[in-house]
Amino acid sequence: MASEHIVVNCTINGEQQVFLANERDSLLEALRDRIGLTGAKEGCNNGNCGACCVNMDGRIVNSCLVMAAECEGSEIRTVEGLASGDQLSPLQNAFLEQAALQCGICTPGFLVAAEALLEQNPDPSEHEIRYWLAGNLCRCTGYDKIIKAVQQAAGQSVV
Amino acid sequence: MVTAQSKPQSAETEKYNVIGTRPIRHDGVDKVTGAAQYGADLNLPGMLAGRVLRSPHAHARIVSIDTSKAEALDGVLAVITNADFPRASDEVIDTGEGTAQLNWVLDNVIASDKVLYKGHAVAAVAATDHHIAEDAIELIEVEYEVLTPVLDVRDAMVDGSPLLHESLHTGEMDGSKSDNPSNTASHLQFTKGDLDTGFADADVVIEREFETSMAHQGYIEPHNGSAYYRADGTLDIWTSTQGAFVVRDSVAPLLQLSPSQVKVTPMEIGGGFGGKIPVYLEPLAALLSQKTGRPVKLTMNREEVLLATGPTSGTYMRVRMGAKRDGTITAADVHLAFEAGAYPGSPVGAGAMCALAPYDIPNQRIDGYDVVVNKPKTAAYRAPGAPQSEFATESVLNELAEELGLDPLEMRLKNACEEGAQRADGFTYGVIGNVECLQAAQESPHWQSELEGPNRGRGIAQGFWFNIGFESSAYAQVNGDGTVPLVLGSTDIGGTRASLAMQLAETLGISAEDVRPHVVDTNSVGYTQVTGGSRTTFAGGWAAYETAMDIRRQMEERAAQIWECDAADVSYGDDAIIRGPQDEDGNDQQFTFKELAGQLVTSGGHIVGRADVNKTSSGPAFATHIVDVEVDPDTGKVDILRYTAVQDAGTAIHPAYVEGQMQGGVAQGVGMALNEEYYYDESGDLKNASLLDYRMPTALDLPMIETNIVEVPNPGHPYGVRGVGEVPIIPPAPAVRAAIANAIGVHMSELPMSPRAILDATVLDDE
Repeated sequence: MASEHIVVNCTINGEQQVFLANERDSLLEALRDRIGLTGAKEGCNNGNCGACCVNMDGRIVNSCLVMAAECEGSEIRTVEGLASGDQLSPLQNAFLEQAALQCGICTPGFLVAAEALLEQNPDPSEHEIRYWLAGNLCRCTGYDKIIKAVQQAAGQSVV
Repeated sequence: MVTAQSKPQSAETEKYNVIGTRPIRHDGVDKVTGAAQYGADLNLPGMLAGRVLRSPHAHARIVSIDTSKAEALDGVLAVITNADFPRASDEVIDTGEGTAQLNWVLDNVIASDKVLYKGHAVAAVAATDHHIAEDAIELIEVEYEVLTPVLDVRDAMVDGSPLLHESLHTGEMDGSKSDNPSNTASHLQFTKGDLDTGFADADVVIEREFETSMAHQGYIEPHNGSAYYRADGTLDIWTSTQGAFVVRDSVAPLLQLSPSQVKVTPMEIGGGFGGKIPVYLEPLAALLSQKTGRPVKLTMNREEVLLATGPTSGTYMRVRMGAKRDGTITAADVHLAFEAGAYPGSPVGAGAMCALAPYDIPNQRIDGYDVVVNKPKTAAYRAPGAPQSEFATESVLNELAEELGLDPLEMRLKNACEEGAQRADGFTYGVIGNVECLQAAQESPHWQSELEGPNRGRGIAQGFWFNIGFESSAYAQVNGDGTVPLVLGSTDIGGTRASLAMQLAETLGISAEDVRPHVVDTNSVGYTQVTGGSRTTFAGGWAAYETAMDIRRQMEERAAQIWECDAADVSYGDDAIIRGPQDEDGNDQQFTFKELAGQLVTSGGHIVGRADVNKTSSGPAFATHIVDVEVDPDTGKVDILRYTAVQDAGTAIHPAYVEGQMQGGVAQGVGMALNEEYYYDESGDLKNASLLDYRMPTALDLPMIETNIVEVPNPGHPYGVRGVGEVPIIPPAPAVRAAIANAIGVHMSELPMSPRAILDATVLDDE
């Protein structure tokens, strides 16, 4: 049952990374255990909760469903890559200002997913935001303030 | 820091500078950048990965366990079973949500002679890599003698039912025990007045039966626990818990250590709702570390969370209620049978206290039964017991109103408890906001609006939760620049660093941003009870207030020393100006807080304020919810069209997080109402142990949730706080049930009111 190890070259948050992955490692496990980026969270390990969302080559993926070995040559962005230095992104600021998090465990996944939404659709309707984020579970907020934070980041007026 | 949501303060909080404002939470940046360290994020040098082998059976005797093949696997450093723990006595320990026998706490952590639910832990391994640990548990050979499982609360109560525990006898409130062993662990009864008289006075009597399914808290972060046992007998534990001291006081006796040998560091916690109070992995990690001499980390996967941690009780309930034609409720008889899971300790007591709590009913009887079944041991879940019992009572009240042709809100106002009313369990209310919530709901745009369209309906329900107080500690130092680090023992599960820091800031007259709250380990702060029971902003806030008052006293003394006057002649004003007597030349003497802070080091040293409070009082919480639904008659699916939550917060310290608690409670309550259930087959196998099949509300399932914070200050708190977290989960299920009845004329008798259940009911109705 000994596992093989594989060298993986990829770009994570703009930095070149070379790491040794267990052949059984998911991207989530590689990020957390091999590279030390623990912002992406494991909530279910089968793609149901969205807490492990990362951006892989421009697409939102549940990193628990991607094998680390598949990431050769990929560009990956995680929650740790959203801010520029000590400047939070508009979406991160909106989450803080709208009190869009309580425990915070789902927040990295929501931020990564919502950022991708706003890149594709800078002025989404409430329904479009809810539809896009339906793959990210939050158990604390009832989603209300998360939706409002995305609306604020999109420059919409928030009641 | 920014205050973006500059909504006006309420009339109640206008008198405050900090309370009622919406500062950015102090831990916010860490939580939007991925820097916050939750339990599973911990990595220590040499750390091993643990894994737990779990029972495939709901009820079985363990005949033998052979761990030799697992131990022989390369990379495996230890394998443990129940037999490796010191023998636990039947002493009763504080488990944070009540009490439990130590041997049953151990048996739930890892089974001894019997497994009592599918997923019950049987063995655990530690290995150099989590993949190896996963392989290793597959190599452990367990021989079981499979027994008949008991899966339904009513079946379990029948004489002759298979017994989970031969030693369990039914306990009564007077301390007596049944002669024969039973699955009914205890029976309680609250009475008031005379039922026969009450029902004789009634013009209409309605009796209904209800069944509700087990439902899980559904926090997104699975459980975790890491431990490092050192050769000197000290044990470090890192875990995402609602109560670090409860973890310490559970793990120490299980390993026969002194509490002083155990230090628990609460990591950030990814949701709990009551479910992260009991210990599951921490004792296993501790023993594995003791065996290997290395730090060990255990995490659960989602299936393990659903199978083997504590959901809330499934129930069978029966309510009979009578009223006069004018809507006066004359009598209520409530029967509550709650599944405790595999070991005694369901929340039926709390459910019984809350069942009729909003109403002043002269004649009442409430019976509660705590019953063990072959399902996971239940744990606290947001207002434990009350969503079930109040679902039953609120539903019957709504039907009475319908039968009598009365407005359900008016009928509630007619019977509402006010100050001085006494509950059947003996508690007499002080100042409460029951009527104020109902009135605010009555005046709300939602209640005043018309609802039109086919298959649409509106429902309303009231909720009550008593809230708790108990012990909290804090200390704070005044730095030379006037900033104040505040040290806390309360896990911050949803913004309590902010709500406690704000109460310290208000008391000192400084800004919320000048306070830096920190949550620390059990060796670094005084005893602090769990973050639960809606107690943290209440009792923790009180500790922050007392800490600030301690600082104020010391600041007065220091100013007196500098001015060479009597401390009694110095006063610390709420504007944070410390004023003394005039000097020899007749000039006023005063310091701002920051001015005096700057002189502390040269005038005798820093000032540290501290407090340990232990409050047996609390501020009862009420809520009124209104919901509009649309039912799809073809599929049975219910859509929530509009939702309004009204709640008395006492005083809303940080209104944005009060709203968040209300909205989050609604979402969980709607999940409990419409979808969430533990679906077992007849062998006791949970068939929906994933987040795809255990269907919690998504962003697409809910509308915006309108909130209306009522503020009837709690006179038993320095700032009028009541506690807000729990009560909003209670009204959704009965309100949704009433809305479904209003939409399609069918009164549901079970939770969840899933598409299947609604189709069953409507098809039966058509026949």
